[in-house]
Amino acid sequence: MAQNIPADLKYTKSHEWVRVEGDVVVIGITDHAQDSLGDIVYLDLPEAGRVLAKEDTFGEVESVKAVSELYSPVSGEVVEANTGIQDSTEVVNTDPYEGGWLIKVRLSDPSEVEALLSAEEYGAVADAEGH
Amino acid sequence: MAYISNTNEDRAEMLSAMGFTSFDALLAPLPPAIRYQGELNIPTALDEGGVLRRLQQLAAKNVDLESHLCFLGAGIYDHFRPVVVGMLAVRGEFATAYTPYQPEVSQGTLQAIYEYQTLICGLTNMDISNASMYDGATGLAEAALMATSILNRGDIVVSGAVNPLYRQVIQTYANVTGYRVVEVPTAEGVTDTERLSEIVNSQTACVVFQQPNFFGNLEDVETLTETAHKAGALAISAVDPISLGLLKPPGDYGVDIVLGEGQSLGNAMGFGGPLLGFFACNKRFVRSFPGRIVGATQDSQGRRGYTMTLRTREQDIRREKATSNICTNQALLALCATIYLCELGKTGLRHVADLSLQKAHYAFQQLCAIEGVKPLFPNAKFFKEFALSLPVSPSELNTSLLQSKIVGGLDLGAYYPEFAGSSLFCVTETKTKAGIDALVSATEGVVKGGKA
Amino acid sequence: MSKDTREPLIFDVSRPGRVAANLLPKCDVPYQSPSELLGAESLREKLPLPEVSELDVVRHFTHLSQRNYSIDAGFYPLGSCTMKYNPKINEKTAGLPGFAALHPLQPQETVQGALELIYELQKMLAEICGMKATTLQPSAGAHGELLAMMMVQAYHAERGDTQRNIVVIPDSAHGTNPASAARCGFKVKGIPSNEKGCTDLAGLEKALEGGNVAALMLTNPNTVGLFESDIQQICQMVHDAGGLVYCDGANMNAMLGLTRPGDMGFDVMHFNLHKTFSTPHGGGGPGCGAVSVQANLEPYLPVPTVEKEGDTFRWKFDNSKSVGKVHSFYGAFLIAVRAYTYILSLGKEGLRSASENALINANYIRARLADYYDVAYNAPICMHEVVFSANRQKREGDVRAMDISKRLMDYGFHPPTNYFPLIVPEALMIEPTETESKQTIDSFIEAMIAIAKETQENPEIVRTAPHTTLVSRLDETMAVKNLDLRYAPLFEE
Ligand SMILES: Cc1ncc(COP(=O)(O)O)c(C=O)c1O
Repeated sequence: MAQNIPADLKYTKSHEWVRVEGDVVVIGITDHAQDSLGDIVYLDLPEAGRVLAKEDTFGEVESVKAVSELYSPVSGEVVEANTGIQDSTEVVNTDPYEGGWLIKVRLSDPSEVEALLSAEEYGAVADAEGH
Repeated sequence: MAYISNTNEDRAEMLSAMGFTSFDALLAPLPPAIRYQGELNIPTALDEGGVLRRLQQLAAKNVDLESHLCFLGAGIYDHFRPVVVGMLAVRGEFATAYTPYQPEVSQGTLQAIYEYQTLICGLTNMDISNASMYDGATGLAEAALMATSILNRGDIVVSGAVNPLYRQVIQTYANVTGYRVVEVPTAEGVTDTERLSEIVNSQTACVVFQQPNFFGNLEDVETLTETAHKAGALAISAVDPISLGLLKPPGDYGVDIVLGEGQSLGNAMGFGGPLLGFFACNKRFVRSFPGRIVGATQDSQGRRGYTMTLRTREQDIRREKATSNICTNQALLALCATIYLCELGKTGLRHVADLSLQKAHYAFQQLCAIEGVKPLFPNAKFFKEFALSLPVSPSELNTSLLQSKIVGGLDLGAYYPEFAGSSLFCVTETKTKAGIDALVSATEGVVKGGKA
Repeated sequence: MSKDTREPLIFDVSRPGRVAANLLPKCDVPYQSPSELLGAESLREKLPLPEVSELDVVRHFTHLSQRNYSIDAGFYPLGSCTMKYNPKINEKTAGLPGFAALHPLQPQETVQGALELIYELQKMLAEICGMKATTLQPSAGAHGELLAMMMVQAYHAERGDTQRNIVVIPDSAHGTNPASAARCGFKVKGIPSNEKGCTDLAGLEKALEGGNVAALMLTNPNTVGLFESDIQQICQMVHDAGGLVYCDGANMNAMLGLTRPGDMGFDVMHFNLHKTFSTPHGGGGPGCGAVSVQANLEPYLPVPTVEKEGDTFRWKFDNSKSVGKVHSFYGAFLIAVRAYTYILSLGKEGLRSASENALINANYIRARLADYYDVAYNAPICMHEVVFSANRQKREGDVRAMDISKRLMDYGFHPPTNYFPLIVPEALMIEPTETESKQTIDSFIEAMIAIAKETQENPEIVRTAPHTTLVSRLDETMAVKNLDLRYAPLFEE
């Protein structure tokens, strides 16, 4: 099955994506992640101001029959959560990389971004999990 | 062999289809050291008539409450069970189905649960009800744990007028999780609201009370609820569902979680089990809620149908992070409660409650007319149970009453040493005036007989 | 337009003023006004209950019953649930007034028969599993697990071993295992299964390091339907590390009279009387999760325990080491009556025969379907249930385990368990039980083979199944997103 893995983003093994916008990063879950979860029905997101360390859980995403924890790819402070989509969670399924973003974090250590997976590396991770 | 359908030929054919000549080949994975070689110390099979006789013989060693009058309550009640309830619930299509994991072939169970949830919400005036808990006591423990996890607070404040057996169960659950159970003293048979307001603080997860309380008395539920809320804690109330035929539903006074024992809704007393824990709460807590829940939806052709929903709270999906570990619940008893509430309906339930109220007060007044018998809590208002201080020992009175085919009230001293010498009587609609008069005259006989 | 086959809700049938039957007597004592007795402020106004006739009630619930699949109606090979025939005599005995019409707080001398039954059944269960003592207090398997973990905690606490805060659980375990351990305050450490589908000894060894393990929770036979052949060594390893070993006894139907968890080295286990001992599952419950223990855990059993002195039975409430109480009273007594009836009907020879036939039936299905479906872990012999994976069907026809299950409904069977155990992709867990005949099982096998062929020739018919049920697949996303958990019109006005 064709995977949509934009080349300009960074990724984690736990299926989050990261887009750098200055000293802030936008974080969401990948197309592969939304596809394996199925229809997303619930999003638990942190409040702005929460300080996250890399790999902290920052929320949960649920489909009808699965729950997946969300892990922060970077350290920093949550500046915004996409609470507007909590009543229309299907956006995460239909538009995971744009309208379905989850949180924005102000980086405390920009070098962490470099260590994340490239699109190509992530593609291998997703493939290994199979479809 | 009983209930085995395969014949010897079937078995031989099946084994040979697998390429085996004897059953023992199938035991290959069992290390010889742990193969059981002995004969279990269990009787050899009885024929059906023999089984019936053995069970009838055991049953006959018990004093059953169809042949005796029962004035015991304390959580299990001798209310009338309309015949239709048992007749319908025993249908194999209900009784021999599993949990409705496959909704297409379980619409009967699912719709019945949806109706049950609606009825429980209607009785309690709460937003959501689950499909059942094990019993009133574990329902209460689960409610208290739910409050601790919602508020992240560690103190469970419980009224001393909550059923002492329930309090033991809360304590057992709290012991292993490190939560603290704080008891609120009672005054004149109800929770001491002044002491309560001194006890609650920013560590209080919930205030737990019971309406009517263990002594049968009405609590000042508004004040209890308010006191809990002022401290930022949840108000949790155990209720007698029959009393809700008359009494204000907990939703009206703002309780957050309501639960109770549903046995009296058409289920047998059964020596205390199986029971039915009903459990309802405010919709704010829909994601923290324990247990199964059924929702209405549509099928792929737009037809209305029912399915279990909000499943991600449950153990099979969320495992150690689940809101509860409950899996098997009390579905068949919930079905009986559903049929019961439909059969009785609006006027019937009110009537059951009113008759119980009337008969309990008649019994109370007649018993109190006996010299030396006094109300333990003269200022309390009560529903169908009341506590009396007796001039004779409650257990001796009970022994004498048995000779008149009467099972008397509960010896309160066993649970409240300070109330030794008092009994808790329960009178439901199943007691006739003649039956109550029999209790009164038998009691009077014992009292006048001067036994102490 | 599709035919509307729905049964109206009882609330739709309701008509103001309609009543069911002459159920209640007139008030035969002087009437007093409720508002005087209780206070007007305590009384409710609305009571939103239906108003229907008894005939309405009978028809409605009869119709609902007809919308269910059940053991009484057909083959129900739901893995891990032991959907065996539930003998009718059990209902008769449980309904005897001498059992059903007992109050739990009656004087003990008036319930000697009930106490004797409890005492006898506890002894029988202990004998069947090779342990010392039993309690009937837990209401279900999960409740038994929780109680067992409470006892494990009390055991370690008494030894001052309070650092033991970890419970080790294989990744194949039922969800109640980790949920019960966590409910008891334990941290859960998962261990992977090995390539044979059994406990990985190296993984266990590693998990036991550090001296913090309170217990291992293990299902045997495990949830893949395989017997843990290393069980003695596993128990030894855990014991050497100072921990206790718990047996999830949901699969006891494989072992009656053949092998005993107590002899394997387990310290404590739960039974599901609502599986192994044929008490009806009731569309979700009730059950009884009786727990048996070895001598080391006996002091921690919940109160009250029942004791025999001469010919008299009595409750014993004072037991200083007990963990306390986990049920309002003594557990599901009427379920115990059914299980006791069942054991007397089968006798020791019938119990063994039940497990033998359960093993034969499951292995026969495994052998006959092995060419059509992938056997999980491909062990040569399974116990009382067999787990297949629909991986092949997914690859070949994009047909999932769930689709196969739904298609089985069209063939008149209840589906197997799906998506459990989690370690088997596309799991189809089949437990035929001993009470089914070769004839029934053959027709089920034919249906499974026909579906395997359909996945190659006409996968669409499988993917869109069921086609013959009263409703087709339900929109579960809609059920969560537009929560409808009670009949709203009742709460309006
Ligand atoms: C393997 C296993 N363990 C535990 C349980 C839990 O038992 P219960 O549903 O009686 O709580 C089940 C049944 O659902 C099971 O299959």
